[in-house]
Amino acid sequence: MFEAIAFYTFSILVIGMFGIVVFSKNALYAMSALAGGMIFISGFFFLLDADFLGVVQIVVYTGAVMALYAFGMMFFDSTRDVKENIKFKKIIYTLSVLSAIFTIFILMAPIFSTKIEAIYPTLQGVGNVQMIGLILFTKYLVPFEVAAIMLLAAMIAGIILVKVKMEETPTNIEVARGEK
Amino acid sequence: MITLTHYLTLTGILFSLGIVGVLRRKNLLMLFFSTEILLNAVNIGFAAVSKYYGDLSGQIFSFFIIAIAASEVAVGLGLLVLWYKRSGTIDLDSLQMMKG
Repeated sequence: MFEAIAFYTFSILVIGMFGIVVFSKNALYAMSALAGGMIFISGFFFLLDADFLGVVQIVVYTGAVMALYAFGMMFFDSTRDVKENIKFKKIIYTLSVLSAIFTIFILMAPIFSTKIEAIYPTLQGVGNVQMIGLILFTKYLVPFEVAAIMLLAAMIAGIILVKVKMEETPTNIEVARGEK
Repeated sequence: MITLTHYLTLTGILFSLGIVGVLRRKNLLMLFFSTEILLNAVNIGFAAVSKYYGDLSGQIFSFFIIAIAASEVAVGLGLLVLWYKRSGTIDLDSLQMMKG
């Protein structure tokens, strides 16, 4: 009963929040709504007994990704709206909804049709975080390390991409001041 | 009683919202937001399948998707900042340099 109440409450909240993100004109409102939606999505993870994933969702998405977006938005003139002239609205909506339904259908049909056996079944009496640790550091150790290398590469790329032009900006300002 | 179908329906709705955002918005920042919505929708689906089949692989894959989303944001925002400094706009149409 409580599961149903929680599911429907979180569904309405998440769909509402993401609707604001997609249809809002202001980038700042969209970002705040996205942060709220991320928090509400972690509620689904707690409902699904995925405690570790819920915590990671809050920490990584709302803590790191949204902070990065907020930082990035300082570079842009976010108050100025990007002029969006969209033609063929009906075609866009129909195509996107249809393609999403087809994607979900294609991915989920094998799961529904055949009885899938659990490769790594959950053990009784072992917590979710402990179980994830057991699987992540035995069966999925190599993908875990590859993900670590990928994150390192992404960090270096992010720093270098933003840094290159940043060095030029103060000198430009000084030159501009010197000319005045 | 909430079944797997409920969660997959929700995943479908959120995925549709994300695709509408990707196709509809011309603001490049909004495009990134929509990508996050797509990734999160898939995450919910993975976690739901993981719960209802008693298999933890889904949660592990969700974990990796979160890691990929974090690195995507780092690189993507770097490129976006670079593009904004070069062209002064984050309009998607400014990217078509060959006017195709």
